[in-house]
Amino acid sequence: MNHSSSRISRIRNVFSATEPYLYLVPSILIFSIFLFWPFFKTIYLSFYKTNKLGQAKLFVGIGNYKELFQSSAFINSLYVTLVFVIIVVSISMLLGLIGAILCNKTFPGIRFFSTAYALPMAIASSSAAMIFRIMLHPSIGIVNKLLHLNINWLADPRYALVLVAILTGWLNSGIDFLYFSAGLASIDETIYERASVDGAGPVRQFVHLTLPGLSPILFYTIVVNIIQAFQSFGQVKILTQGGPGDATNLIVYSIYRDAFFNYRFGSAAAESVILFVIIMCLTLLMF
Amino acid sequence: MSTLTKEEIDHLKNTANAKALQRRRLKTSALLITNVIFAFLILLPLLYAVSIAFMPSGELFSTEMNLLPKHPTLTNFRDALQKVPLFRFVLNSFIVAGLITIGQIISCSLAAFSFSFLNFKGKEVLFMLLMATMMIPGEATIISNYLTVSGWGWLDSYHVLIIPYLTSAMGIFLFRQFYKSFPISLYESAMIDGCSNIRFIFRILLPLTKSAIGAMAVYTFINAWNMYMWPLLVTGSQQMRTVQIGISMLNSVDAQSMTLMIAGVVIIILPSISIFIIGQKQLIRGMFSGAVKG
Repeated sequence: MNHSSSRISRIRNVFSATEPYLYLVPSILIFSIFLFWPFFKTIYLSFYKTNKLGQAKLFVGIGNYKELFQSSAFINSLYVTLVFVIIVVSISMLLGLIGAILCNKTFPGIRFFSTAYALPMAIASSSAAMIFRIMLHPSIGIVNKLLHLNINWLADPRYALVLVAILTGWLNSGIDFLYFSAGLASIDETIYERASVDGAGPVRQFVHLTLPGLSPILFYTIVVNIIQAFQSFGQVKILTQGGPGDATNLIVYSIYRDAFFNYRFGSAAAESVILFVIIMCLTLLMF
Repeated sequence: MSTLTKEEIDHLKNTANAKALQRRRLKTSALLITNVIFAFLILLPLLYAVSIAFMPSGELFSTEMNLLPKHPTLTNFRDALQKVPLFRFVLNSFIVAGLITIGQIISCSLAAFSFSFLNFKGKEVLFMLLMATMMIPGEATIISNYLTVSGWGWLDSYHVLIIPYLTSAMGIFLFRQFYKSFPISLYESAMIDGCSNIRFIFRILLPLTKSAIGAMAVYTFINAWNMYMWPLLVTGSQQMRTVQIGISMLNSVDAQSMTLMIAGVVIIILPSISIFIIGQKQLIRGMFSGAVKG
């Protein structure tokens, strides 16, 4: 009797000691299988040449990385991605900021307008890309009709990257609107009243009061935007397939193409590791 | 300098007030007009899509200006539904996005509960480890994941679309931020009453943190609905395609079917936009209450 009750209490103790971990099992299991394991496998693959099925066949050390940094195509891909990210971040933050400033003071209809400004965050990149495709169509697209031009926008290397970036900037502007709205709401209203009594115009108020007031959220927003822009894929796949030439061959698209068209999984894995290092540095910058 | 009479002062006051009122009205209408213009700009791609969706194909292919359909028609929607199994795509996406949302809410709230209410060895390290996963972009692991699931023969199934997304570091973080402000005394008294942890989670904690669940549900559902790269890689047959992949297949066919492609786009955008509009308030409150309390 005594013996069995001590056994039960021992089982109970073991259970209460392991219980906290049990709640973590679902999350840790998923992360282990679909994040940690593939992460290390990607690093592993990046040191190998693979066969068409993606099996590591020949150890080449940092050979894949060396090849990448010597290939003009990959350097171009990094350069294109950099230009793309700069344009996307500028556009999305500008749109978000304008929307947030316009909705800072309450007025009739504000709820409609703030929903409109946040709305792009609910739109899929692929759906948006298909709409843009029609808008930019050389003969029937609204853009050419409005501007009285006859340009094949997406087939022209001068415009393609900028246009994909504008689309991405539009898509990302919704969440920026929310960040900036929250940032503006935290600025004390009375400093504006005092400033206008002192005779400061709207531009000076914006430069000297609004921007500094936004600075805590500004930095965070920039980093989040850069990370998000780096990960763009659907719009490139649908609008340009990396072209014309390699004009829109962003790094994620380049990974996709190397792995699933050229079957160079080792090289694609090395590109993935480089992407990860870039994103990690950006994330660490945030803290 | 002569002193002003009372009437004169009142008169001055009234005109000043009237002027101020007029100026305020002017300011409000200027703000309103600017907003209308800017909102039109932001919504332009969507408005244009809706307009094209109702436009007969022949009308689109004219050289003249055609912002609005002259003879609105529903044929594009009918043709889109006939040309591809759009209902199937929508059903697939609802199943996938729905199960991902439910799964994330359960797995993330369980993990967040453990991190917030229980004490155990290695708690800080484990939490940091899970948060660090946010640094790994999905695109960087997608090749290995693809090789893994194809090795298992998982391609072209529901579970390959759902299972990899059944948890998220952001979700765990969001729920933990909410649980931080949950009165710990409520947990302690439940324990004294002999309530088990699991019962506490489902009977007390989850019902009392509905706003966190709402925010999380809206965010997760929209993201899952809009997923593109993973479904593109792992689905092959018509039967398994999700909306984004299914519709982009209409992209490559002849130019004549552009109007029906856009009609399809409008159909698949509607669910995510509706959910966003309905859940917007919850989403914003969830996003920022977490950030503020941090």
